[in-house]
Amino acid sequence: MKRAVRSAIRKARALLSVYYAYMLEYRAELLLWVLSGTLPLILMGVWIKASQQGQFGLSPLDFVRYFLAVFLVRQFSVVWVIWEFEREIVEGKLSFRLLQPLDPGWHHFAAHFAERFARLPFAIALVTLFFLLYPDAFWIPSLPRLLLTLLTVFMAFVLRFIMQYTFAMFAFWTERASAIEQFWFLFYLFLSGMIAPLEVFPPVMQRIVQWTPFPYMIHFPASILIGLPVNVVQGLFITLGWMLLFFAINRWLWKKGLKQYSGMGA
Amino acid sequence: MAIITVKDLSKVYPVAVKDPGLKGTLRHFFHRTYRSVPAVQSVSFQIDPGEVVGFLGPNGAGKTTTLKMLTGLIHPSNGSIAVAGHVPFQREANFLQKITLVMGQKQQLIWDLPMLDSLKINAAVYGISEREFRHRLGELTEMLTLEEKLTQPVRKLSLGERMKAELLAALIHRPNVLFLDEPTLGLDVNAQVSVREFLREYNRRYGATVLLTSHYMADITALCQRVLLIYAGRLIYDGDLEGLLDRFAPYREVTLELGNERSPAELESYGELKQVNGRIVRFIVRQEALTKTVARLLANLDVIDLTVAEPPIEEVIGQVFQTGAIA
Repeated sequence: MKRAVRSAIRKARALLSVYYAYMLEYRAELLLWVLSGTLPLILMGVWIKASQQGQFGLSPLDFVRYFLAVFLVRQFSVVWVIWEFEREIVEGKLSFRLLQPLDPGWHHFAAHFAERFARLPFAIALVTLFFLLYPDAFWIPSLPRLLLTLLTVFMAFVLRFIMQYTFAMFAFWTERASAIEQFWFLFYLFLSGMIAPLEVFPPVMQRIVQWTPFPYMIHFPASILIGLPVNVVQGLFITLGWMLLFFAINRWLWKKGLKQYSGMGA
Repeated sequence: MAIITVKDLSKVYPVAVKDPGLKGTLRHFFHRTYRSVPAVQSVSFQIDPGEVVGFLGPNGAGKTTTLKMLTGLIHPSNGSIAVAGHVPFQREANFLQKITLVMGQKQQLIWDLPMLDSLKINAAVYGISEREFRHRLGELTEMLTLEEKLTQPVRKLSLGERMKAELLAALIHRPNVLFLDEPTLGLDVNAQVSVREFLREYNRRYGATVLLTSHYMADITALCQRVLLIYAGRLIYDGDLEGLLDRFAPYREVTLELGNERSPAELESYGELKQVNGRIVRFIVRQEALTKTVARLLANLDVIDLTVAEPPIEEVIGQVFQTGAIA
């Protein structure tokens, strides 16, 4: 038992440190990726204007903080595993991974996780710049709130990763599995709270959406960070439930997919 | 006790068939038809621990498919395989620790990072202790003369160095069964020689079993005591190299240096003429007629020099594949 834990820690450390180095090889690209995630900051402008004219139950300042939080959550839950996986299958690189006594999924997970740390300095710089330009929006969340945010952001990332990795499994049958992700992304865009806070949706819609996985990938952690009221316990359990469901589907597709991969000649 | 046992191994691939043209494309879209293509057909052989075996055959003969079945990447359609006491397709951790696969045309190292980084991941994945890792790294880098290359990004390495780096990464867990698919593909002669030397040394030092495919006959003649010849998915020869020559090339090449030039028409009466280059003449002579022919040549022509040689193995194999004239 103790040995198994030690070996797992060693694997995690090796994977994370190497993939961190790998991500730092692309410093310039990384900055561009961070900047390409500034859509929430643009939407912020739109919503401030709108909130000055209509009644949304949120003040202009709420909108500012909300979209800043959305930007941050999004930075730490960006996932691209489906494109990587697709390429590994097409190029046959998966074969090398299959020859090693470690599930290939861990390589992808570690690469994503390590990338978060490579991205961190850019994101912090951008947020600092934002507060310098707009000091009124500045706030400091309490420590428990901050810790809860960290937890829910991590869960948002894991959920999104498992979901996309599950769609990635279709690469065993079709060369363009990423088309599924593109389609799914549309729902993600609207129902996660990226385009608009869920608070502005009609109440019926809000009640339905809260049972889908989408809000827990952006709206939930963002709301916790800025102190909007959310049902934390229920949110955590729904996130966990979706994670487990997609994980089960993922493993099932993985087994079937490997047979298919083998059939096509690996 | 054999370390690799293959019995009646077959693999059939479904291949989608599409007619040309728009009509064919539409039909292909709505109703896909498949044709079964047999890649490997009831192949059986055994390999003992420590053997180095060459796996020969033209492109598409089924060599890579067989290697992939042996490493567990693909499931056989029929037959059984045991490698080091395991069924490969189950890919048990214990099995994966004992084997490795190197593919000359594919690479596992992370392109933009130094190879040392990729090696660190491999060390952790295979559960090699830090001390053991240092030790093996030192040994392998010395055998491969890669010491200075460890900290350079892989993309900056030459093709030969990259192949050696791939070998290092594939062997850091010290497997005792090596499957090598074209390990010298595209390398220059020097690099080929050093890869060959390394493989020989690895086999000697660790008693590893090696099964390798190669297009370069020099790899085979330098390393393998035994060859398996596969053609159109069937195993057509299993034995040593000399046996292969005797069986498929029962003829010799006789080269003469004459005192003065003779016309080809005159020379042809002595046997199958292969080449006339001034006073140098080459004949192909069947083995059973060899002594008679040589005696006649020496009696009737003014011969300055005469050599009898086995034909180059490339030619023999090429001939076997071309004629398809196989037992």
